[in-house]
Amino acid sequence: MSARTLFDKVWAAHQVVPETADAPAVLYIDLHLIHEVTSPQAFSVLKSLGLPVRRPDRTLATMDHSTPTRSEQVFGNVAITVDAAARQVRQLERNAAEFGVELFGLRDSRRGIVHVISPELGCTQPGMTIVCGDSHTSTHGAFGALAFGIGSTEVGHVFATQCLLQRKPKTFAVNVEGQLRPGVTAKDLILSIIGRIGVSGGTGYVFEYRGSTIRSLSMDQRMTICNMSIEAGARAGMIAPDETTFEYLMNKPRAPKGADWDAAVARWRTLVSDPGAAFDASVDIDASTLEPMITFGTNPGMVVPITAAIPQAVGDAVYDKALGYMGFRGGDPMLGKRVDVVFIGSCTNGRLEDLQAAAQILKGRKVAPGVKLLVVPGSQQIKRDAETLGLAQIFKDAGADWRESGCSMCLGMNGDTVAAGQYSISTSNRNFEGRQGVGARTLLVSPMTAAASAVQGKVADPRELL
Amino acid sequence: MEPLKRVHSKTVVIPSSNIDTDQIIPARFLTTTTKDGLGQQLFADWRYLADGNPNPEFVLNQADAQGCQILVAGRNFGCGSSREHAPWALLDYGIRAVISTEIADIFKSNALKNGLLPITVDAATAQWLLDHPGAEVDIDLTAARVTLPTGLTTTFPIEAFARHCLMQGTDELGYLCSQLDLIKRYEAARAW
Repeated sequence: MSARTLFDKVWAAHQVVPETADAPAVLYIDLHLIHEVTSPQAFSVLKSLGLPVRRPDRTLATMDHSTPTRSEQVFGNVAITVDAAARQVRQLERNAAEFGVELFGLRDSRRGIVHVISPELGCTQPGMTIVCGDSHTSTHGAFGALAFGIGSTEVGHVFATQCLLQRKPKTFAVNVEGQLRPGVTAKDLILSIIGRIGVSGGTGYVFEYRGSTIRSLSMDQRMTICNMSIEAGARAGMIAPDETTFEYLMNKPRAPKGADWDAAVARWRTLVSDPGAAFDASVDIDASTLEPMITFGTNPGMVVPITAAIPQAVGDAVYDKALGYMGFRGGDPMLGKRVDVVFIGSCTNGRLEDLQAAAQILKGRKVAPGVKLLVVPGSQQIKRDAETLGLAQIFKDAGADWRESGCSMCLGMNGDTVAAGQYSISTSNRNFEGRQGVGARTLLVSPMTAAASAVQGKVADPRELL
Repeated sequence: MEPLKRVHSKTVVIPSSNIDTDQIIPARFLTTTTKDGLGQQLFADWRYLADGNPNPEFVLNQADAQGCQILVAGRNFGCGSSREHAPWALLDYGIRAVISTEIADIFKSNALKNGLLPITVDAATAQWLLDHPGAEVDIDLTAARVTLPTGLTTTFPIEAFARHCLMQGTDELGYLCSQLDLIKRYEAARAW
């Protein structure tokens, strides 16, 4: 057999029916993750057709997007801030019970952001196909899974058949070599990749992140990389599983055990692109020269090294509109820009290592007067770990607001929003207009840069505080 | 779904590139549990002023835009989240086709499943359309062809099965359910 890519192997293993000119492939889905925002309409379709969820054993539900992060609203008797969000939470509780789907509900100790809890429970495994009605499903590709976001109609298709109709995407090798310098993180690497490829450069492709830099990253860092594949237009990003992956998964609650574990690892070891396997496109990135990165515009591709100035674009109306929204001018340096709110969290950077990186900067320091720092762990498990390790105390001593887990200020559905005109330094994934609140201005950065900026009260280079 | 074979309408033009799904329908409106009524919130942050009144500067609030079924937009329309609320909002408002040089993958997939045509055309055709708001354009799904009022025509790519479903007015779930025997056989044969 000719040399195949990692993607080719996973795709081939899940084809129930191969594609033809007339019809897409029928692709089997191993794990279907659902949440409260994009599932209700799909459950309604099942109800109207009288269909069950065909494989509840391959379906896992949690709530994250619209859930409160204030402890008194999660665990106390204080009403959830946003009424409609509370209704959505109750709707998922009813649907999960009616259709027999396992739900990690609002007060469950295993609850958290869907893309954070599935890996930490060991549900996400190499070689799987994983879908969810959320574009950041690409996160799970860090384990060598083929994982991508789908719409609510497709959520209904997976409910009813455990399959999707899919055309085979093309493959794109993202080769990264060189050692990241101190203060430069996986977030900075993926932001620079998006800046290089552009926000639509990955459309129609599945990325495979390869090379010595990727191999050297932890699973938390690999998840940050794969998470933002969608911000370059790619539906999925994959990393071949290796010892780092196996070590992470071993003894996770839902990972295989005993002889099953050995068999699984033997199978997982075959999930690499064969030498000489051909990709449809490729890009080479030198990680050794990268600096901390920061966005200055209204999409994640508008990004520069933190020590750089905002690029000038003469006569580009769209570019001028983006800078106008941000209140920036071409030629302005990014260092020293105003900061009102700092958000550390999200499915991109809400994991334990992210919190450790932020705490390293914040330890013994204070958030600058007039700046609000919100730290939202990616899951309740991470919250407990951060409290045990003393990270939570570092955040609280610095003056941060330490919350329950959820998507929170990444998209502000739950009422955690940034006010119009304010500048938010955020470890999340999208700096779109209004993403964090109507009129809010978002600058995407790493957890270290976010923490450094919170301390200095302006956009700051984390390397100065290491 | 009603069978869809042709869209014939004047165009409304939003020239921005990278129009993301957060612009099409902001996240705070996603707390709904139905598909209905989202047209009210289409492009909400561009369409309404802070006091809730229509922003007269925004193209959808101008007289010429009323009743237009074809939206012409800058490149990479529909990037960002997987929210199907984006095509639901466009359809509820009355848009039946979006034309751009590039359309994001998940948006395109969601649009096709709801009877909204995602149409990509070459740069020259797109530029002509951007330069001529209100042009009367014909989209023939049978021939996968766009005809401009100048008489110029261009074909567009569309996935064969999605086109079949749109023209028949059927949805893909019926086809998937007809494959259930093969799906069961696949499950039985899998070693893990």
